[in-house]
Amino acid sequence: MRAPVSWIRDYAALPADVAPAQLAARLTGLGLKLEALSTPGADLTGPLVVGRVLARDKEEHRNGKAINWCRVDVGPEHNPPAVESGEDGAAGRGIVCGAHNFDTGDLVVVALPGAVLPGGFTISARKTYGHVSDGMICSAAELGLGDDAAEIIVLTPGEAEPGDDAAALLHIRDHVIEMEINPDRAYALSLRGVARDAALGYRVPFSDPAGLAVQAGDDGSYPVQVTDPDACPLFVTRTVTGFDPTAPTPRWLARRLQLAGMRPISLAVDVTNYVMLELGQPIHGYDRDRLRGAIVVRRAQPGETLRTLDGQDRRLDDEDLLITDDRGPIGLAGVMGGESTEISPATTAVVIEAAAFDPVTTARAARRHKLVSEASRRFERGVDPCLPPVAAQRVADLLVALGGGRTEPGMTVVGSVPPRSPIAISADLPARVTGIDVDVPTTVEALRDVGCAVDDGSAETGDTADTGRDTGGHPAAPAGILKVTPPSWRSDVTDPYDLVEEVARVVGYDRVPSVLPTAPAGRGLTTAQRLRRRVGSGLAGAGFTEVVAYPFVGDADLDALGLPADDPRRTAARVANPLSEREPLLHTTLAPALLKVLARNVGRGFPDSRLFLLARVFRPDAWPPPPAPVLPVDRAPTAAELAALDAAVPHQPYHLAVVVSGHPGTSAAPVGAQAGQWAEAVGAVREVARLLGLQATVAADVAAPWHPGRCASIAIPGTGDEVVVGHAGELHPRVCRSFGLPERTAYAEVDVDRLVAAAPEVRPAPVFSTMPVAKADVALVVDTAVPAGDVEAALRQGAGPLLESIRLFDVYTGEQVPSGRKSLAYALRFRAPDRTLTDDEVAAARQAAVAAAAEQLGATLRD
Amino acid sequence: MSGPNTDYDPVEVTPLHADEVDRRRDEALAAIAAATSLDALKQVRLAHAGDRSPLALANREIGSLPPQARKQAGMRVGQARSEVRSALDRRLAELEAAAEEQMLVDEVVDVTATLGDPPPGSRHPLTTLQERIGDMFVAMGWEIAEGPEVEAEWLNFDALNLGPDHPARSMQDTFFLDPPEAHLLLRTHTSPVQARALLTRPLPVYVLAPGRVFRTDEPDATHSPVFHQVEGLAVDRGITMAHLKGTLDHFARSMFGADVDTRFRPSYFPFTEPSAEVDLRCFVCLARPPAVDSCRTCKGEGWIEWGGCGVVNPRVLIACGVDPEEFTGFAFGMGIDRTLMFRHGIEDVRDMAEGDVRFTRAFGVDV
Repeated sequence: MRAPVSWIRDYAALPADVAPAQLAARLTGLGLKLEALSTPGADLTGPLVVGRVLARDKEEHRNGKAINWCRVDVGPEHNPPAVESGEDGAAGRGIVCGAHNFDTGDLVVVALPGAVLPGGFTISARKTYGHVSDGMICSAAELGLGDDAAEIIVLTPGEAEPGDDAAALLHIRDHVIEMEINPDRAYALSLRGVARDAALGYRVPFSDPAGLAVQAGDDGSYPVQVTDPDACPLFVTRTVTGFDPTAPTPRWLARRLQLAGMRPISLAVDVTNYVMLELGQPIHGYDRDRLRGAIVVRRAQPGETLRTLDGQDRRLDDEDLLITDDRGPIGLAGVMGGESTEISPATTAVVIEAAAFDPVTTARAARRHKLVSEASRRFERGVDPCLPPVAAQRVADLLVALGGGRTEPGMTVVGSVPPRSPIAISADLPARVTGIDVDVPTTVEALRDVGCAVDDGSAETGDTADTGRDTGGHPAAPAGILKVTPPSWRSDVTDPYDLVEEVARVVGYDRVPSVLPTAPAGRGLTTAQRLRRRVGSGLAGAGFTEVVAYPFVGDADLDALGLPADDPRRTAARVANPLSEREPLLHTTLAPALLKVLARNVGRGFPDSRLFLLARVFRPDAWPPPPAPVLPVDRAPTAAELAALDAAVPHQPYHLAVVVSGHPGTSAAPVGAQAGQWAEAVGAVREVARLLGLQATVAADVAAPWHPGRCASIAIPGTGDEVVVGHAGELHPRVCRSFGLPERTAYAEVDVDRLVAAAPEVRPAPVFSTMPVAKADVALVVDTAVPAGDVEAALRQGAGPLLESIRLFDVYTGEQVPSGRKSLAYALRFRAPDRTLTDDEVAAARQAAVAAAAEQLGATLRD
Repeated sequence: MSGPNTDYDPVEVTPLHADEVDRRRDEALAAIAAATSLDALKQVRLAHAGDRSPLALANREIGSLPPQARKQAGMRVGQARSEVRSALDRRLAELEAAAEEQMLVDEVVDVTATLGDPPPGSRHPLTTLQERIGDMFVAMGWEIAEGPEVEAEWLNFDALNLGPDHPARSMQDTFFLDPPEAHLLLRTHTSPVQARALLTRPLPVYVLAPGRVFRTDEPDATHSPVFHQVEGLAVDRGITMAHLKGTLDHFARSMFGADVDTRFRPSYFPFTEPSAEVDLRCFVCLARPPAVDSCRTCKGEGWIEWGGCGVVNPRVLIACGVDPEEFTGFAFGMGIDRTLMFRHGIEDVRDMAEGDVRFTRAFGVDV
């Protein structure tokens, strides 16, 4: 909402010294948030005066351009002395003008030398087309008043005298406060509302522009039928006849529309817009001669269409509320009128519509037709329902005053506005809710200041009962309770807490004290929260960099991963209105997101990357899903309803994804580095499991998107068997190619929720021996296909309880072992709880370990 | 060296002669002193203190002396050997110390040539900032609440007093899941977590809900379809807006410095009434002239728009099963991304969202 300060001052008796910035700040404090403060005309300085064209000589020049060499009387103060006036001794100033829409005797606007026009254009006496042009005759565009640059401004005869200050005459200078109006402050989409709050902010009198008297007889004006009074509770028409369609819009009115952000069009249209800005009531004017039969307000019928004022043909929806006449739709109620009954340059009889429309109906229509108009913005937020008769009168008055003709005596009023019921509120509620030390008289005063009628229990003797308006026949308020009837323009105020906000904003939000509440003793982070932090910190410590990514993917991404058709990761939640049609799904695996981030980093020159992503994936059981219930809001859901809500929301576990590409970027690389990126990826998830107190089991597996020979399942101890929580390994070469990744890029993804659920809450303290350790190495030769993990398990099992730890330290294939076989070297450490082990005991344990590996896996000792 | 002492003459056993012992001892001491390396000393030890050194051999001859002469000869040889051993030990210590000195000199490295840096791991500042804010509230006894990102429409809107025709519910703003009759969406704010907290936790409730939220904004320098919020909710007996102000002031001070507080402006949110926008006093210029006039962080405003807040609308309490006659509450919400941006001078939202490793690495593991 843009409000010119001069217009605000018409209704709010603000002190003269209130600066616009102060006013804007005060309004912001009341809830009308300053968006921008502008000072139109501030870039125009120096003498700008009214001039009368004394002489005009048209001259053709060789460049083909015609100019007018003029003598202009710019008033005694600015005219040159008669003796030396001009080059040819004529009176007034000599000025060259390129426009032709004027004649001798016309009043024009002259910028004199020394003036600076918008855009920093400085006027000086200068030689042009063979003359010294001693000023400039201005167009509207040159003064920042519009976009008409071809024609100069020609004032109305008698409007001013030569020498008058043209800037004031044209209302060029003003201050405009642009505000962001919240949905609960629909009243402030009018100067009436803004000025009311301005007056409230400075405690000065407010003169309500809606306070004019409605003069109309009981006999109707243009006939109206309303078939849906819920959607249109009130419809008022007035008629003005004998109107002069050529009458111009007065300068002040056009300028105000401009300053408020609207384009002047024609007097009749401008007046309706002016009254809408002034009062907040959208108005529609019809050319009476183009209407056929009574106006009927009804819902649309199948197949109906309407060409709206913006020239668009609109297919109407059953739910659209229409204004119609005998020939069909003539307007989309509360949104936009139709072309067929539009006011034209020939219109002499105007039917004025001022109505109240249901906010929801209007909002839906505006949204349905993607047609947000000044009218729909106001109706969907709520327009003062008492305004239509007043606004219609105001429009009629202005039309007659500015365009002649007469207002027909009758007024059609269909429907009525029910009186508002009072809201009961504890007198101390504002203090209890805001914490501001506000007493009851202050509360009552504040509520009255914003326009409420307040019955504080003293109604029988008080002034409110006399007016008969405030209590509306309701019983008087008991002690400690206020009965508050909000004003008609505050449809948003329905609850006691709405009244609390009104009191708070009037006494000032800056009066809210600062008191730190004491929460009951908390339990700290949950286990899951603690452990997820540990995962992130641990991976960062291990050299991985965390990234964030969007969860949107498409089928092409799942194809690129090589997911089979029946893969559960193909069952994805689908977005109805995705940003990109290519990515309508929510990811079921973090792979596309993380691999794309990696590709971006590779593209930016970082092929050696270790990244991780810890985020939710979305794993519905089926899609489309069973619908989630939409429950009532006047009570809490039952346990069953809550369970139904939860059941409808898809499973969304946290997953961890890590990706390893290129070199580790350090000479002090971990041992696994020489084994390749896949080993780093496996190592990373094993490390994550360890961080959570879990021993992960790694086993060969085949799964997309991994290389079938370089993929490991990661399992953790479950209640019975081990539970696979994810996979790690080298990506399938096709996946690397699809995502544009370096060869041999490795990837791992695990279900963090499952890891967290399995993590021990309490870790038992270890029992350890202080006896000396005994070490033994063993190199075994096995078939290449035998997993090292199996060999290790066999060694563990064979070595028995004296084995303390086992570590793989070399894997060898080559000349020294037979083809198809590989050598695995393990370092074993033995220790007894109670004694120093003898060489014989160690040898026996080592031998038993080898024997187990030999028996189970065909391992032989390497020489 | 001498062979077995067949030519028995107790007085004339040459190696045991006093002069001879002294000579051997002096030879040994001279050799020890002359040794300049640990290797040389090792040779000296073998030659002069080893099993086959002259003094050791002389010692063996003692047995061949007549008993009355053995004692004196034994003393003489023993003393000489002892002197040699002491000298050896002293020299060994000297040489070892010198060798270590030399080693320390020899092993000088270029400490600026650190080829073996560990790979630079780091955590995303959006994560660490959420954790840091969380810790601040946990320290006050609050708990961190969480909820799903794909949420039931009822919890995201209806329960929060955003009725079926609220403009925010349009497809212009909200990612709805397909089909719309499923009444599921990507949560547009973390507020459904508040509703869930009220529905599932015993009162009083003091929870903080940080998390990821979604709006249908095309990504550009200032918009992202995915961003992060932190919301707070306190529902207790006797809660007022003053408690909201106190909590936000404390939050502001903890995060931005002791002189930073907040101010309220009236605003509108369906789930709070009264509602306010909360501005943060600019932590750079503190809104004080003349610094404020040239402040780039607040662009000369002195205050930075931080978030929205208010008293929980009783309609929300009712929909969540809380008796508004007995309990009142406050709620607030801020953008994590926005906070990170003005706190750290980030110009482009996409820097945070695109996953460029250089962005994350600059923050290390903390904000």
